[in-house]
Amino acid sequence: MDRLGSHADDNLRFIRATMERAGSFTAVPGWGGVVMGSTALGAAGVSVGAKTPEEWLGVWLAEACLALAIGVLATARKARRTQTELFSGPARRFLLTLTPPLGAGALLTLALERAGLFGLLPGIWLLLYGTAVVTGGAMSVRPVLVMGSLFMLLGAAALSSPASWGTAYLAAGFGGLQIAFGVVIARRYGG
Amino acid sequence: MKLNQKTGTRNRELRRIAPKRVPRALPELDRLIHERMRLGIVSALAANETLAFNELKSLLRSTDGNLSVHARKLEDAGYVVCTKSFEGRMPKTAYRLTAEGRRALERYLGHLEAVLQHARGR
Repeated sequence: MDRLGSHADDNLRFIRATMERAGSFTAVPGWGGVVMGSTALGAAGVSVGAKTPEEWLGVWLAEACLALAIGVLATARKARRTQTELFSGPARRFLLTLTPPLGAGALLTLALERAGLFGLLPGIWLLLYGTAVVTGGAMSVRPVLVMGSLFMLLGAAALSSPASWGTAYLAAGFGGLQIAFGVVIARRYGG
Repeated sequence: MKLNQKTGTRNRELRRIAPKRVPRALPELDRLIHERMRLGIVSALAANETLAFNELKSLLRSTDGNLSVHARKLEDAGYVVCTKSFEGRMPKTAYRLTAEGRRALERYLGHLEAVLQHARGR
């Protein structure tokens, strides 16, 4: 290939790389976050009526699966719309940093459930979800980073509050924060 | 003092983007988006509906002066629009690609493809 050709090739690579890097900024779906927040508020409402801690946990585990499904779908949709591949550089990095804290949260849930320490769950969940969002959001837009930090703060507060406030903290975090930041992200970063 | 420093940076950047940096190899290309920084701005905006000045700056690893000079050129050509607003008390500048800008990028990509095909064909 001559100089002209390699120059053109180089430029194509540059455009592609720039678009991929820019794509990471909006890997997080805004409206998806709003839907996730709404289902969390619903879960909070249902879980208040739970008769046993196990029932309460069941509601929140179902909500976690639902939210995960919504998150994955919304991210895929947004990636397709902005023409960024879901398994290309930025999206993969985002997923890789998001997964370890969430995995740790799942394992801790199992351990705490066995020990019967249900009261600690809301704080742990908020804290680790916040950690996941902060680490994942390190290469994303500022609102994501702020949202993650607020989740962590809320988790810390929940851990030092009476266990009976747990559901309220979950509603405030997974419901309130998620919806508020979902709207901000959707408005400013295209959906 | 702060202002002087800023102006200094801007002037240095202006010198840095002097015409000699534009390669002469591809005369038929749209020079406006052929330049690296401007191509970067247009590409980044093609993947995002809007990007704030600071996001573009970190994405393209640019300086304030360099980015604003190039963004202004694209704005003058009607390839991007710039909106200024306030977020609380902080001024916020955001950029968006226009339909004309998107067409220019598509034309440019078409040119690159043609050049590549020509190069491979030989």
